[in-house]
Amino acid sequence: MSSFSSCQSVREARRVAIFGGTHGNELSGVTLVHLWMKNGTEIQRRGVETRPFITNPRAVEKCSRYVDTDLNRAFTPENLSAPADGQLPYEVLRAQEINRMFGPKGSPDAYDVIFDLHNTTSNMGCTLILESSKDHFNLQMINYIQKALAPASCLVLLNEHPLLKYSTARSVAKHPVGLEVGPQPQGVLRSNIFESMREILKHALDFIELFNEGVEFPPCSVPVFRVSERVDYPRDANGNIMAMVHPNLQDCDWEPLNPGDPMFQTFDGKTIRYQGSGTIYPTFINEAAYYEKQQAFVATRRETLSANAVRKA
Amino acid sequence: MEVEEVERLPRLSRVAVCGGTHGNELSGVYLVRELLKVKKKKKKEEEDEDGGAMSVLLVLSNPRAMQQCLRYIDTDLNRCFTHACLIGPTLDKTPYEMRRARELNAMLGPKGSAGAMDLICDLHNTTANMGLSLITYSDHDWICMHIFRHLQRQIPDTPVRYIHYDVTSKESYSLDSVGKHGFAMEVGPQPHGVVRSNIYTTMKSGVQYMLDWVHFFNSGVIFDGGFMDVFTVVKHIDYPRDGETHNITAAIHPQLQDRDFCLLRPGDPLFQTFSGETLRYTGSEPLYPFFINESAYYEKGIALCLARKRRVKIPSVREYL
Repeated sequence: MSSFSSCQSVREARRVAIFGGTHGNELSGVTLVHLWMKNGTEIQRRGVETRPFITNPRAVEKCSRYVDTDLNRAFTPENLSAPADGQLPYEVLRAQEINRMFGPKGSPDAYDVIFDLHNTTSNMGCTLILESSKDHFNLQMINYIQKALAPASCLVLLNEHPLLKYSTARSVAKHPVGLEVGPQPQGVLRSNIFESMREILKHALDFIELFNEGVEFPPCSVPVFRVSERVDYPRDANGNIMAMVHPNLQDCDWEPLNPGDPMFQTFDGKTIRYQGSGTIYPTFINEAAYYEKQQAFVATRRETLSANAVRKA
Repeated sequence: MEVEEVERLPRLSRVAVCGGTHGNELSGVYLVRELLKVKKKKKKEEEDEDGGAMSVLLVLSNPRAMQQCLRYIDTDLNRCFTHACLIGPTLDKTPYEMRRARELNAMLGPKGSAGAMDLICDLHNTTANMGLSLITYSDHDWICMHIFRHLQRQIPDTPVRYIHYDVTSKESYSLDSVGKHGFAMEVGPQPHGVVRSNIYTTMKSGVQYMLDWVHFFNSGVIFDGGFMDVFTVVKHIDYPRDGETHNITAAIHPQLQDRDFCLLRPGDPLFQTFSGETLRYTGSEPLYPFFINESAYYEKGIALCLARKRRVKIPSVREYL
């Protein structure tokens, strides 16, 4: 085994897309993409084609998360290869179209980078979401963004869990990056949240420009929160929610939850405690869209990833 | 020594607590469900004792919208209670909420008649930072105003305010206007589709203290008069919008966001455009903003509402024997 990590050569990132409105009621991304479709000066960088795109226009029109089914779960191999007929849900047809325009997923013709812009009702602050711990280009970009934003924080959620990871719109690209900024209610545009997301993208595009110019980024460490399990609300025999996120846990995304700590509060005031074996770091605490997905929060564990040096090929 | 008149008002025998008028405002949905559960359990456990001076009807106003966790299915239920909407013909194409409004009017009203509920408390949540607000159509409904004062005293760690829409009875459009007395109990901030435990608990306390007050009132307790602040709605302001697409071109300014009920003076920041420009309040009168950045109001063309505050004297009240 070599005692040093060699510099990884990565193909230039020539084609970049910025997706907004993957969920039609998450307004920061919708607003930014509309803005940049009208005037894209802000997102232009030397040597990169940066394309803003509204992924779910019908949901945006209705200001709802989706029309038939969640677009951000629709990019499964089955859906992408299903014969396109009148019977398919709107979002499946849309996924196929997006796969044609920005993919095909897994092929050398796919877009290099896709940023997918999301908001959450959870108090997650600025979060970048990764789907692979081995994408050194993405890891370096994240490191660059974090340093540029400091002392403001930008945390990293890694969802590589074989059962819990899902087929996102951005997964069509070679380097998919999710941006999740909260807290913001659905259907609301908060100025501070909007500006935070805008700033993250600014630094991300700066990184890509530097990378394409041949800058080498030395090895670095990236602390991440790795998804370990999904925790649902306690439910009664009929499947109705019986308790709410406990006031001690509400808004405490990324903070340690230890065995015995309060986790839920029933509607008549009783406390339900976390009974796991070790400390977890919950996130996506009380996300509105996850009630129907049986998720009160996502449990994560802290980990540090090592990124190899990268330089354009 | 001046002897204060005590206003005598009829007993409040029939009270309704309604949740889910907007199906995605979840504190009220879960609270009414919980109260129904408790009521059902009580009925099983106890013999039906003397009903006491007050009956409480618990209602889930818009079950179809609740099922889909939407504000409404066809049209906003809480705008369907004007006299014109209530008396119209029910046809095949009548929107779901119009039909439901007529059902609710039959159950809790009819609006304006002697048979209507004595008091309707309609539970709502808002994405705006409004604490607990009682919203009514009157600045001289002593029942509602005394209930407000009681809540304000009993819930000291939450700001409690009284908002008055100066609208005639005929034109009043919300569910609470069906009763002889009524108000919306609006608690925020809470995103739609979410139940926050602190917001739920505040609403639960609000309902409990309201029912306590009614019980005391019906028992003959005299409630001393005094002074209270009333916020009377003057107008609302929409977002700046693109002429072609009608999309908004600015967001509520960071210095205004979450500052419900903080005085807005001429020249104060209102909006921040996406190019960073500050748009300021150009009205001549300082007013109190509320419903700042309520998500359901984007489609109604309302970025914020503005009210005048004034001190109002309320008389002592007791039950009319």
